[in-house]
Amino acid sequence: MSAILSRLERSMIDEIPPRPTPSRPAPPREAATGRGLSVTLSGVRKAYGDTEVLHGLDLHVPAGQFLAVVGRSGGGKTTLMRLIAGLDSPTSGRIRLDERDVSGLQPDVRLMFQDARLVPWKRVIDNVGIARGLNWRTHAEVALGDVGLGARARDWPAVLSGGQRQRVALARALVSHPGVLLLDEPFGALDAMTRAEMHELLLRIRAARGFTTLLITHDVSEAVALADRVIVLRQGGIALDVDIPEERPRRHGDARLAALEDRILAAV
Amino acid sequence: MSAGRRWRGLGGVLAAWAVPVLLLLVWEAASRFGWIQSRTLPAPSAVAAAFWAAIEDGSLFTHAAISTERALKGLAIGGGIGLLLGILNGAFPVAEKFLDSSVQMLRNVPHLAIIPLVILWFGIDEEAKIFLVAIGVMFPIYLNTFHGIRTVDRGLIEMGRVYGLSRFQLYARIILPGALPSILVGLRYALGIMWLTLIVAETISASSGIGYMTMNAREFLQTDVVVLGVIVYALLGKLADVATRLLEHWALAWHPAYVRVKESS
Repeated sequence: MSAILSRLERSMIDEIPPRPTPSRPAPPREAATGRGLSVTLSGVRKAYGDTEVLHGLDLHVPAGQFLAVVGRSGGGKTTLMRLIAGLDSPTSGRIRLDERDVSGLQPDVRLMFQDARLVPWKRVIDNVGIARGLNWRTHAEVALGDVGLGARARDWPAVLSGGQRQRVALARALVSHPGVLLLDEPFGALDAMTRAEMHELLLRIRAARGFTTLLITHDVSEAVALADRVIVLRQGGIALDVDIPEERPRRHGDARLAALEDRILAAV
Repeated sequence: MSAGRRWRGLGGVLAAWAVPVLLLLVWEAASRFGWIQSRTLPAPSAVAAAFWAAIEDGSLFTHAAISTERALKGLAIGGGIGLLLGILNGAFPVAEKFLDSSVQMLRNVPHLAIIPLVILWFGIDEEAKIFLVAIGVMFPIYLNTFHGIRTVDRGLIEMGRVYGLSRFQLYARIILPGALPSILVGLRYALGIMWLTLIVAETISASSGIGYMTMNAREFLQTDVVVLGVIVYALLGKLADVATRLLEHWALAWHPAYVRVKESS
């Protein structure tokens, strides 16, 4: 009876069926080191019913790289991110983190959503430390300090501005020192000034921590300004894959960046 | 605040009270001059005197306490069942398939219509009144709990899963707190039904409680005590409403509607 109930309960919370246990057990949360992990996809297909969203994707992201994924909506960007995050499982193909086959949610991978998704009835500090764990409060305070919101720990999310909410979400993503940070257009809804501040903050924290970063965006100039490498996803495949070797900080309007931007826009 | 605005505020309060006070005065005068028979409606002063007498001999508190006890017992039983059913059906789609339509059918039976049956089952003892109250409060709490759980932001549930919350933690930290505003709305509805049901039940059959007090007074044509009973019911209802509001302010302190934005210092 209890087995039936727990299955029913799962069906309410999960949109996806539980996966078989991975061949090797996932490391405990404390094992997340913050060191970047490489992400490798080989022959990854994903179909929802009869529509195939990703057609046999091969992608290798070296440890510590900042990859931007651009493309039109419906091109499979969000699907790719959900697969790497473990929220969905691929129809076929393999996903590896540092050469280790993974399936299901990974403590080493954190995802920032388009909207901040802060829990409105938890104060800022409790949102950052939502997963608890050992000494969570200390870690959460440090993470909040890193994003410059140490003074707002006792506030309710409702009184924060949009930019501050995304900063809290960033602190929540980084508190467990993940090896991979996935960003699903988290700056899309911010105004230009706040967005520039978030870019600067993200690059600074990334330089200090060295996590692998995957940013989904429809904004090509944002991709070119931030990333080491940009891929264009079109109709479920990689239409373009370019490296951006420019030094940071990058000046907006730089001629070589502008040329890259044009090339990427042409491929989108 | 300027003095002028303060006077205008005070004027508003006075204006709001002017009509009720005037009505009371007219009513009192009409009773004094014999235009209204005291067996039709007692003078306000007579009601006040009855109120004082009932306080002095303690009967008011005894009856009010007994009524409140019945109301709260019924609320605890019916509300508890409604809450559990709401959580069960909100969380498990299969439970909803089996139970929801049955609950909806029962909900459409006016619970006061089964009073004759309840008297046959339980006699005119305490159980009958508590049972009626429980049936009455169960449905609003059930409906709002169910609805609250179903409308929790899916994005937050997904976030909780990505950040490694277990199923129990998801319920304790996200789903149930998310449903709380809706559950509290259900509670406020339930409190209204609770008093209404109790009044009817006590008026029909009781040997104690405010309802008994008024029915007993009717036998002796003590209209002042009858009016007093009505007023006490109104006060108890108001008290329950204030209590829920305090509960809301405490439990929903995070809610934008309740958050007091800090003044810039």
